[in-house]
Amino acid sequence: MDLSYGKEYEEFREEVRDFLGANWPPGGDKDRYPTKEETCQFRDDATAKGYLRRSIPKQYGGSEQPPDEIRGAILREEFTRARAPMDPPGIGTMMLVPTLLDRGEAWQKEKFVPPTTRGDINWCQGYSEPGSGSDLASLKTRGELVGDEWVINGQKIWTSGATNADYMFCLVRTEPDAPKHAGISYLLIDMNQEGMDVRPLKQMTGGSDFNEVFLTDVRTPKDWIVGKRGEGWLVSRTTLKHERNSIGAAAQSSAMFQGILHLAKSTSSGGRPNIEDPSIRQRLAEIEGYVRAHEYSGYRQMTRNARNEDPGIIQMMNKLNSTNISHMVSKLALDLLGDDGLLDPTSTSRAGYRPSDNRSWITQYMYSLGIAVAGGTANIQRNVIGERGLGLPRDSAANRSA
Amino acid sequence: MNFDISEEQELLQDTIRQFMANECPTTHLREVFESETGFDATLWKGMAELGLVGLHLDDEYGGAGLEIIDLALVAESLGYGGAPGPFLGHVLAGLAIQLAGSDAQKQTWLPSLATGDAIGTVALGEVGGGWQPEEWTLAAGSTLSGVKLNVPYASIAEVIVVGVEGGGLVLVEKGASGVEIQPIEGVDRARRIDAVTFESTPCEALPEGAAQSGRVRDAALVLLAADAFGSGSRLVDMSVAYAKTREQFGVTIEHFQAVKHQLANMAVELEPSRGLFWYAAHAFDHVQDESQRAAALAKAHISDRVMQIARDSVEAHGGIGFTWECDVQLWFKRSMFNRAFLGTPSVHRERAAQMGGW
Ligand SMILES: Cc1cc2nc3c(=O)[nH]c(=O)nc-3n(C[C@H](O)[C@H](O)[C@H](O)COP(=O)(O)OP(=O)(O)OC[C@H]3O[C@@H](n4cnc5c(N)ncnc54)[C@H](O)[C@@H]3O)c2cc1C
Repeated sequence: MDLSYGKEYEEFREEVRDFLGANWPPGGDKDRYPTKEETCQFRDDATAKGYLRRSIPKQYGGSEQPPDEIRGAILREEFTRARAPMDPPGIGTMMLVPTLLDRGEAWQKEKFVPPTTRGDINWCQGYSEPGSGSDLASLKTRGELVGDEWVINGQKIWTSGATNADYMFCLVRTEPDAPKHAGISYLLIDMNQEGMDVRPLKQMTGGSDFNEVFLTDVRTPKDWIVGKRGEGWLVSRTTLKHERNSIGAAAQSSAMFQGILHLAKSTSSGGRPNIEDPSIRQRLAEIEGYVRAHEYSGYRQMTRNARNEDPGIIQMMNKLNSTNISHMVSKLALDLLGDDGLLDPTSTSRAGYRPSDNRSWITQYMYSLGIAVAGGTANIQRNVIGERGLGLPRDSAANRSA
Repeated sequence: MNFDISEEQELLQDTIRQFMANECPTTHLREVFESETGFDATLWKGMAELGLVGLHLDDEYGGAGLEIIDLALVAESLGYGGAPGPFLGHVLAGLAIQLAGSDAQKQTWLPSLATGDAIGTVALGEVGGGWQPEEWTLAAGSTLSGVKLNVPYASIAEVIVVGVEGGGLVLVEKGASGVEIQPIEGVDRARRIDAVTFESTPCEALPEGAAQSGRVRDAALVLLAADAFGSGSRLVDMSVAYAKTREQFGVTIEHFQAVKHQLANMAVELEPSRGLFWYAAHAFDHVQDESQRAAALAKAHISDRVMQIARDSVEAHGGIGFTWECDVQLWFKRSMFNRAFLGTPSVHRERAAQMGGW
C-alpha cells in the first residue's frame, strides 16, 4: 500500500497548481463572478494543457489524454481547491458524450460532442415514462420510420432540465414485435419543434427541475440513431454506467460531510453550540465512519481500475452508499436546524423569522430522496448487489416479464 | 497511489484461510469454545509455525519485521476463521515490549514470543471501563498492586504487560508473587478473559511505556477492527450460503426478494469498511499523525456495523439461527467481544471527535 501519489504525480500536481494560480479566477480578481466568456476561455486553456475533456479525442475538441485515474483525481482535487470550473455540469457531458464516443457514428460525434463539452448545447434524458420507471424496458413511446424520418409519439416523465434542453436523448420503441429489450432504439431529438410539449412538474421542494414531455408526431432524421435499430437498450446501459459512477462519487460524500460538520459548528441549541452536544458528536463521528469508508473504497476502485483489474462487488455499491450517507446527513441537518426546520425553503419572505442562512439544508433534506430514486432506486441497487455481487437468483417477476 | 494489498499479502491471507479450514473447522472451533480453557495448544503451535504470532517483531529477535497492516490482515483472516486463542493479547504484548522495552527486556522476551513458545498478554482494562492509558490507576514502582480486568488468557501467559498510572507499562512474569488470576465468564468463549489481582507483585517498568502505550492501544484497535471485518465477511458468507440451501414455499429462500435485500444490505454495511482498517493499519506505520484517529474510527465503525450484521445473520437463518448449535452464534459472540473490548463504539467516536478538534 502506498498512498503517496509518487514523484511524477506530485510534479504534475505542481504544474496544475501553477496553471490554476495563473488562470483562475480570471485576472486574479476574487471579488466578482467570472463572465461566461472568461469561463469558456479558461476551459479551453485548461483543455489545451490536457487538464479537461481528457477522454475526448482531439478531433472532437478534447485533449485526448491516456486514461489515468490518478491524474484525474489530482485534477479534481486541485480544481476543487481553487474553486475552478471543470466540465460544464449536466447530463450531456456526464452521459451523452461518453455514450456517443462509445457507440456513435463519426458524424454524430463531430456534430454533438464539441458543443456539448463546451456547454453550448444542453441535453435532457428521455427514458422514464408514466408506466415505465424501474421496469424501464417496458417503455411504450413509439417511433416509426416514415421515409427519412422517425416519427415519435408518446410521453416521457421526470425529464430533468427539459425546459432548457436543446436536444433529448431518448429511448423509443421502434420494433413493437421484438421481445421487450430488443425493441428499443436510442434516438437523438431536437427539442425545438412542434409536437414537443414540455410541462414542468412541481417537486416537493417547491422547485421545478423535472418535467413531463408529451411527444406528438415529433420528428427526427433517420440517422439520428445511436447504435442500430433495436440496440437502444444496450446503448443506454453504457450511459447508465456513467451515471452510476458520477452519482456514486465518494468525493460528494466527503463534501457533504464537510458541510454538515460546518453546520454543527455554526448552529446552536439552548445556547450551546451543537458541536458540543455529545449526541451530535456521536452521530457526526458515526457518519464520518461511513464517509471515510466510502472514500477509501473509492481509492481501492481507482487502484484496481488503473491496473485494469475488476474492483468487484464494491463498485456496485457506490450509489447505495451515497444514498445511505445522504440520508444520514440530511436527517442530522434537520436536527441541527432546530426551529429553522419549520421554514419553507423556497420562501423569500422574512416576516416573523430572521432569514435563515441554512435553508438550503431543508431543500437538501428533501433532495436526498430524489437522489435515492433517480437513476435506479435503492431497491434496484439492492437487486444488482444481490444478483451480480452475491450470486443470488434474479427476481422471478422480472424474469417473467423479460 | 496504490490502495490495495500486495500479492504476498493476499497469499498470506489465503494460507491462513486454508490453515483454518484444515486445522480448525467449525466442529473443532466448537470443541475449543466449549472446553475448560479455550486454548488449543496444537492450533497455537500451527499458527506459530506459520509465523503468525511474531510477524511484526524485528528480525533480530526472530520475527518477520513486518508492519501492522500485515498483522491486521492476519487478524482479519483469523476473524474469518473464528480462530480461538490468545493471538490478540500475545501480539500486543510483543508489540509493547518491542516499542517500549529496554534492549535487555527485548532480548529476554521477544525471541520466545516470536516463536510462540512463550505466550504473552496485555492487561489494559480496569473496573468501570478504564481501558485508555489516561484512565489507568494502578500505582507501580518496583511492585504493583491493584486489579486489572478483561485480560486475555492471563492464566497461560508467561508474561503480562500491565498498563499503570500515568499511562506507563510494566512487565509481570508468570509465577510472580501476589498474583491472583480469576477467570471471567466471557461471552466469547473463543477468546477467554481473566481478572488479575496484583498484591505487592514484583514488576519491571518498560522504559518507554508512557510514551508508547497509546501506540499499543491504537494497534489493538486496528486488530479488533480487522478481526471484526473478517467476522463480518464470514457472517455474510454463511447467510448467503444458507439462503441457497434452505427451502420454503417450494424454493430456496434466496428467491425471496426480501431475503436478497437483507443480504445486500449486510454486504453494503460491511464491504466499504474494509478500507477503514486498511488505512488505519497503514497509517500506524506511515502516517503517524493520523493513526490514532484512524484507529479509533475504524474500530468504532466496523465493530458496530458487524454487530448488526451478526444480528441480521441470526434473523436470516430463522429458528436455527437462534440455537447454540448454529455456527452463527460463534461469530455473533466474537462480534460482541470485538465491539466491547477496549471500549464501545461511542467511546471511540467521542475520542475521534476530540482528536478532530470538534
Ligand atoms: C429528481 C429526479 C430526477 C429524475 N430525472 C430523470 C431524467 O432526467 N430522465 C429520466 O428519464 N428519468 C428521470 N427520473 C426518473 C427516475 O429514473 C425514476 O423515477 C426511477 O427509475 C424509478 O422509477 P419510478 O419513479 O417509476 O418508480 P417505480 O419503478 O414505480 O418504483 C416505485 C417503488 O417500487 C420499487 N420497485 C420497483 N421495481 C422493483 C423491483 N423489481 N424490486 C424491488 N422494488 C422495486 C422501487 O424501488 C420504488 O421504491 C428522475 C427521478 C427523480 C426523482
